[in-house]
Amino acid sequence: MVREMAGLDEGGPLFAQVAERLAGEIADGGLAEGARVPSTNELAAFYRINPATAAKGINVLADEGLLDKRRGIGMFVAAGARATLLARRRAEFTGRYVEPLLTEATRLGIDADELIGLIKECSNERGGVAV
Amino acid sequence: MTPAISVTGLTRRYPDQVALDDVHLTIGTETITGLLGRNGAGKTTLLRILSGQEFPSSGSVRVLGSPPAENENVLRRLVLVREDQAYPDFKVSHALRAASFCYPNWDADLASSLLKDFGLRAGKAIKSLSRGQRSALGITIGLAARAEVTLFDEPYAGLDAVARQIFYDRLLAEYADFPRTVLLSTHLIDEAAALFENVVVIDRGRVVLDTAADGLRGMVTTVSGPVLAVDSFTEGRPVWERRGLGSQASVVMVGQVSGEDRERARSLGLDLTPLSLQQLVVRASGWAAGAGSLTERTSA
Repeated sequence: MVREMAGLDEGGPLFAQVAERLAGEIADGGLAEGARVPSTNELAAFYRINPATAAKGINVLADEGLLDKRRGIGMFVAAGARATLLARRRAEFTGRYVEPLLTEATRLGIDADELIGLIKECSNERGGVAV
Repeated sequence: MTPAISVTGLTRRYPDQVALDDVHLTIGTETITGLLGRNGAGKTTLLRILSGQEFPSSGSVRVLGSPPAENENVLRRLVLVREDQAYPDFKVSHALRAASFCYPNWDADLASSLLKDFGLRAGKAIKSLSRGQRSALGITIGLAARAEVTLFDEPYAGLDAVARQIFYDRLLAEYADFPRTVLLSTHLIDEAAALFENVVVIDRGRVVLDTAADGLRGMVTTVSGPVLAVDSFTEGRPVWERRGLGSQASVVMVGQVSGEDRERARSLGLDLTPLSLQQLVVRASGWAAGAGSLTERTSA
């Protein structure tokens, strides 16, 4: 039995997963720019991980300039952090979503036109994203 | 900074076997380290020597800068909680009072709150405790002692999953409030893995792995899918194991998998499954017959 770690898994270094979670929260606006980031001990208790591991995760974002350290108070989301993260995600979009989609479509014999049709159909059903 | 524990060339011989064989080990101050290995690997002997309850046949052992054996200045700053600890006292409250005299940083409020969490009454007679309740008492003493060096030797015999979760959570909370050096021996590796900053694996009296725990995660991956794709993907990489069935193959591959590797695996139609810390330690320490090793071993 692996202990429940609030969504973290054993698939890769935990510090990287903590950094990714925090980055995700910043990108989604859950952690606004200027907001205080949970402390090392708060993260350690929440994820049930070693505090040194949590600290390493925070440091990844601080090293990338996404967090500012205010001495004696803690870490805060830096100005411009959200825009940086959203731009990064956009750059990764093709590789993460489009290419695997095409790989599976090719395997099933779905051509590009049919695929575009499927995407439009799906989008209309949701009444959402314009394609 | 002086390490909390420093062991060089430690050997412990018994008439019929060598329990520890030239062990070298350094444990940094205020870290939580997992001491892992099979039963009989030498974990308990090591912990007993660190706590001055047993003597080395040869080699040097320093705890908080000094040899621990018969050294009051070290021993009152150190606590060892053993599996199936025996207590000479009549009631739980007596065992706690005795502990409060032994340990200068003893926190009585913490002890009461831990007893409450474990559902253990202070007035209960020790001889009437179940195995799990005795473990809960040991853990309570181990944490409430707030000793600079805290050693747990398989402390949770008879404890159910809920009680073990309480132990892990309270250990982390205590460590955050009052940092100390913790060495926890366990065979429930997957359960406790996320607590550890470092792991030390002992096998047949030797240290076979001593490394940062988080660095091991994702270091070994099972690659499975069509045999040609698997071979192309794993070419030039260290491989521990290769199995095949018809046109499918499954290969255990060593080395971190990059984002680029992941994309490639996806386009080749391959599945990547990381080995958990437990699976990794099992292999690294030779628990699985014929498995490779992460470290160079010099065993005869």
